[in-house]
Amino acid sequence: MHEMAIAQALLDVVLAEAEDHNLIMVDRVVVQVGEMAAVVPKSLEFCFSILANHTAASGAKLIIEVTPVVARCSNCGEVFEVENFSFECPECSFVATECVSGRELMVVSVEGVRGRCDGEGSNSGN
Amino acid sequence: MEKVQIPVIRNILEAHERLAQENRRIFDKAKVFVINLMSSPGAGKTSLLEQTIRALSDQISVGVIEGDIQSSEDAERIQKTNVPVVQINTGGACHLDPSMIRSALDALDLSSIDLLIIENVGNLVCPAEFNLGEHRKIMILSVTEGDDKALKYPLMFRMSSVLLINKIDLLPYIDFDVEKIRKECKKLNPHQIIFEISCKTGRGISQWVKWLESELDQHYGEVNWW
Repeated sequence: MHEMAIAQALLDVVLAEAEDHNLIMVDRVVVQVGEMAAVVPKSLEFCFSILANHTAASGAKLIIEVTPVVARCSNCGEVFEVENFSFECPECSFVATECVSGRELMVVSVEGVRGRCDGEGSNSGN
Repeated sequence: MEKVQIPVIRNILEAHERLAQENRRIFDKAKVFVINLMSSPGAGKTSLLEQTIRALSDQISVGVIEGDIQSSEDAERIQKTNVPVVQINTGGACHLDPSMIRSALDALDLSSIDLLIIENVGNLVCPAEFNLGEHRKIMILSVTEGDDKALKYPLMFRMSSVLLINKIDLLPYIDFDVEKIRKECKKLNPHQIIFEISCKTGRGISQWVKWLESELDQHYGEVNWW
């Protein structure tokens, strides 16, 4: 159950972005979670919703995009989707060590409502 | 009121990664080689530590950080081997994180340690996701856990430089296909080195310790791949 720790780290990033961009309310957060990241999306959603309570991201919808595991063969250059966690290249049978995607734990975007901004040194008020 | 979408592209664990890198700098400055030992509960982490500490050359000073949800039983076992040990109780958390390691370092004199072994919380999932600043991730799988674990918990197998297959003295009594798991690990992590060991009989321990000593010799020769 390390999703709570990951949800806390996620919320920290979201609130920092919200403050930097003068958002008074966050209503949607898009994240990428690699298929190989040891994260259960439903559990992450649940933990995030609990932690976000009483913050600017309270009630925000968390959209989780799961990215497939993709590897690049260092022998023949083939880029292929890894199935059943075998990194063996389908072209030349070399076992690839380079992982192109599949381990992401990434915030992609934060959406919300921007507060009034006078144009000069917006006061985020921490 | 203006609705906006802010493109971000930031690693969720960036704060953890920063702390892990700070730890790494501390280790490198003090010339301490650090391994992060991971496995399920009961696979034999503490037994491996006891065996390893006994078998290592006297020239190498060892320090240990013990991670457990509760209790100091493991730390007490390690204390008997006369090496400095710090117990971290995570109080429920299922893995160690780099800030816990940083706090534990206050209780260790790194200048008198060559090899620091961090025994992570027993868990085949969560510890694999958190870098602690270590130089190598090492994992143990005991044969009683079954030979299907590499494909069920691929991240830890992918991230570990070494897989120690423990309790091989029990092989005659259970269905565990060593070749099957070797084959799967080869496709998952071709650089991984596998040792078959028994902490009970001592079989295979000398090969593992020899590997560890040679890694210590090289110390700063390699960068993490992934």
